[in-house]
Amino acid sequence: MSLIHETDFGTPPSPSAAMITLEIDGMAVTVPAGTSVMRAAAELGTKVPKLCATDSLEPFGSCRLCLVEIDGRRGTPASCTTPVEAGMKVKTQTDRLAKLRRGVMELYISDHPLDCLTCAANGDCELQDMAGVVGLREVRYGYEGHNHLDAGKDTSNPYFTFDASKCIVCSRCVRACEEVQGTFALTIDGRGFASAVSPGGTDFMASECVSCGACVQACPTATLMENTVIEAGQAEHSIITTCAYCGVGCGFKAEMRGTEVVRMVPWKDGKANHGHSCVKGRFAWGYATHKERMLKPMIRSKITDPWREVSWEEAIGYAASEFKRIQAKYGQASVGGITSSRCTNEETYLVQKLVRAGFGNNNVDTCARVCHSPTGYGLSSTFGTSAGTQDFDSVMQADVILVIGANPTDAHPVFGSRMKKRLREGAQLIVADPRRIDLVRTPHVEAAFHLQIKPGSNVALINALAHAIVTEGLVAEDFVAERCEPMETARWRTFIADPRHSPEAVEAITGVPAADLRAAARLYATGGNAAIYYGLGVTEHSQGSTMVMGMANLAMITGNIGREGVGVNPLRGQNNVQGACDMGSFPHELPGYRHVSDDAVRESFEEVWNVTLRGEPGLRIPNMLDAAVDGTFKGIYIQGEDIAQSDPDITHVTAGLAAMECVVVQDIFLNETASFAHVFLPGSSFLEKDGTFTNAERRISMVRQAMPPMAGYADWQATMLLSNALGYPMDYSHPSEIMDEIARLTPTFAGVSYERIDELGSIQWPCNDKAPDGTPTMHIGGFVRGKGKFAITEFVPTEERSTARYPLILTTGRILSQYNVGAQTRRTENVVWHEEDMLEIHPFDAEYRGIVEGDWVAVASRAGETSLRAKITDRVQAGVVYTTFHNPETAANVVTTDFSDWATNCPEYKVTAVQVRLTNQRSGWQDRYAALREETTRIADPAAAAE
Amino acid sequence: MHSDRLIRMANQIAAYFSAYPHDEAVAGISDHLKLFWEPRMLVGIKDHVAHGGAGLHDLVPEAVRRLS
Repeated sequence: MSLIHETDFGTPPSPSAAMITLEIDGMAVTVPAGTSVMRAAAELGTKVPKLCATDSLEPFGSCRLCLVEIDGRRGTPASCTTPVEAGMKVKTQTDRLAKLRRGVMELYISDHPLDCLTCAANGDCELQDMAGVVGLREVRYGYEGHNHLDAGKDTSNPYFTFDASKCIVCSRCVRACEEVQGTFALTIDGRGFASAVSPGGTDFMASECVSCGACVQACPTATLMENTVIEAGQAEHSIITTCAYCGVGCGFKAEMRGTEVVRMVPWKDGKANHGHSCVKGRFAWGYATHKERMLKPMIRSKITDPWREVSWEEAIGYAASEFKRIQAKYGQASVGGITSSRCTNEETYLVQKLVRAGFGNNNVDTCARVCHSPTGYGLSSTFGTSAGTQDFDSVMQADVILVIGANPTDAHPVFGSRMKKRLREGAQLIVADPRRIDLVRTPHVEAAFHLQIKPGSNVALINALAHAIVTEGLVAEDFVAERCEPMETARWRTFIADPRHSPEAVEAITGVPAADLRAAARLYATGGNAAIYYGLGVTEHSQGSTMVMGMANLAMITGNIGREGVGVNPLRGQNNVQGACDMGSFPHELPGYRHVSDDAVRESFEEVWNVTLRGEPGLRIPNMLDAAVDGTFKGIYIQGEDIAQSDPDITHVTAGLAAMECVVVQDIFLNETASFAHVFLPGSSFLEKDGTFTNAERRISMVRQAMPPMAGYADWQATMLLSNALGYPMDYSHPSEIMDEIARLTPTFAGVSYERIDELGSIQWPCNDKAPDGTPTMHIGGFVRGKGKFAITEFVPTEERSTARYPLILTTGRILSQYNVGAQTRRTENVVWHEEDMLEIHPFDAEYRGIVEGDWVAVASRAGETSLRAKITDRVQAGVVYTTFHNPETAANVVTTDFSDWATNCPEYKVTAVQVRLTNQRSGWQDRYAALREETTRIADPAAAAE
Repeated sequence: MHSDRLIRMANQIAAYFSAYPHDEAVAGISDHLKLFWEPRMLVGIKDHVAHGGAGLHDLVPEAVRRLS
């Protein structure tokens, strides 16, 4: 292993198909038209000196170091800003150029601290490199004149330091913030010699900086430097792996010193992120070695007993004996398991295999139950497959982008940046969301329409959009005739054309002016390539599945499916939620989304697994909890999920957990669910194991072990131990063998192997004989199910209504700096951006209740009550309040209810009728829970226990 | 399993399929229950229907009877 240094070609690649041949230093090279001379030289292996150029940014031409000579041209043009021409003859090294370059370097170095030996960038500094490349041997100007050597450091950001004294004002950081991230937080302040990089006249922390790290990545000197590098020094080797945060699935280089991570650097060849990152993946990885990591297995008879640390053998043996005892007493279906969307494909596959083959039932579920299960149902019903239709790069071909119930710049920030880039290029944006998310109006981006719907009215909205398209003659008739089932299409067209679906008729339901809705429909139907991106604001409703089908209808009726730039794209929440679903984590499906009742499918698994499988569906998570309360479900194995914080109606969740006789929690921290556990198995972070994650674009990427498992076993090994103790043998020596089994049994994964992923970098399923390199865009030429099926999508209002007692509607969501239940990000410096969950409330609703900014308020629903502080903002509309669910002390899900999607039981997180009032104390639930938490997290002193 | 929850879930399923013609709606509800409900849930809803089916959407009893 060595430190991976990616080739920097200086300028971005040209997309042109036309090829140009030129000559550089006497060597012929053929490159796409539009390529810079600098990049053409780099393609030949010739490095033209440079400072302000890097291939993640458009050329700028300011450093004057990359000058070249071109036959027939006057002067010495900058190679970064000069495009190639046919027959061009370029010289990159002449005496004249050498003299010019040394002169430029002299000027730079005359205003740069000469502390290379003690500089954090020593050995990784482009300025240092270029001084050597141009042969700088003296600085004739001395260092006594005006300079910036006393410029101060900005250490306000917890993750990086800005040392202005080392800045060469190349503008790479400013351009990265603009071009790559799209935040425009940085600028060059002042003129001439006084020019300086500035985060808008304040410090980084107070600025609009989102800490994505693009500026740090782009900096050629030590001006912007990761604090971990300043503290630890340079890394000595790198390992390519995949981020364990959101569903974008960014590729990263874990830069290491031995088994210590020095920094995480976004991988330029990562096809999901193309070298970009967000604050979580780039910087918030310290949780992996946090002092609260649990490293020893523990058991206890009752949850009120203190934990007792034991050996792996004893913990596994105890768990297995308890599951066996429970099944003997209460029946085979009295236990089950939950797979983790934070764990690898191989690990989720093993957990569902343990449940199906080891427990002998189908009681397995995953966190997608509470996020994108309606996506699976809706897209499968209409298109024939349970996944998004495009790759992320497809957005760069979109002309109209419809974002529904998603907040990409917070929840999927790297993709959000790509989307903003396309919008800055001129694509039109329609946002349908009850909140004014940042994307509605952000620097150089403004939505053509913000359809600020009332929570719970999604289906009325999507029907009205379709109604306008159908009744105004905007249907893609040829596409529909060729690609969709005629009978279903005709019936749906009659249904949707009914006046009750018109924008005017539903205006009172949606709150969206009919004229805006009609204009948005026309834009979507006629604006060119139109793409839908959606999130949990679509799925987490009582009609989540209906809404997904409604969006599929919209894409089909306008022909916006089956090519680049269009499609219906779920933005998945957790890093491997797509993979967890693919791997058979749902109680009704075996891997590859095949129903358990299919005899042929079941037989194929039975043959390999050497066991008889059940043919009827198992329990979903909420059904498991219901059954637990009823006394028929008594034991559960939960790998890497925290349902006592993440799932709705926590009172019911914890009642279900408390009613069980054996709860086994496998996690890296003693999470909230562990308060109700009898066995705790220490988990392994993504840095401690090999495997694969599958992101929201169906991309399977490698997760590679960077350090040994801190607790001794990777999660897949712990599952094997448990399965073997249960009496169902598992014997894999490496996760690649698990993937080989997955490929053997799953047609859409038939061509997937670790060798192929290594070869291609990543693979988008389906990957099989028909598509040996994977499938970036689905449904080209035909749908997976054959003909597309229009579904009838009648609007059925949720039963959850605002009333005199609960007059406001609560909706929940995420924030950029925190991730899901916050177990990881709360244990990093990210807390400086989000110390606690706040309740967003409209000024009108706040004033009516006498609430001012920062007041403690109680939020009460029919399910429960919690207290948190108020944030007054008109981002939410009057009548709607909003909060995040990242902190267990706040426990937003005490308030959310048990209402759920009709088809999948995905909870209705987005619509809860609540009342808000001033308070000066925690809620009764919070007090009780704090006491419970204190009691249930005690660990017995091993010495005392031994006496 | 507690019948109130089963009733509400079954009624939600019926509310969706009620947009289809009667026979198709009944078949849709029945198929949905068969594909997604665990056996003890089916036993629960069948038992509730057998005892009169109070509180159920009109389409549910017929759909449940088709399961047998």
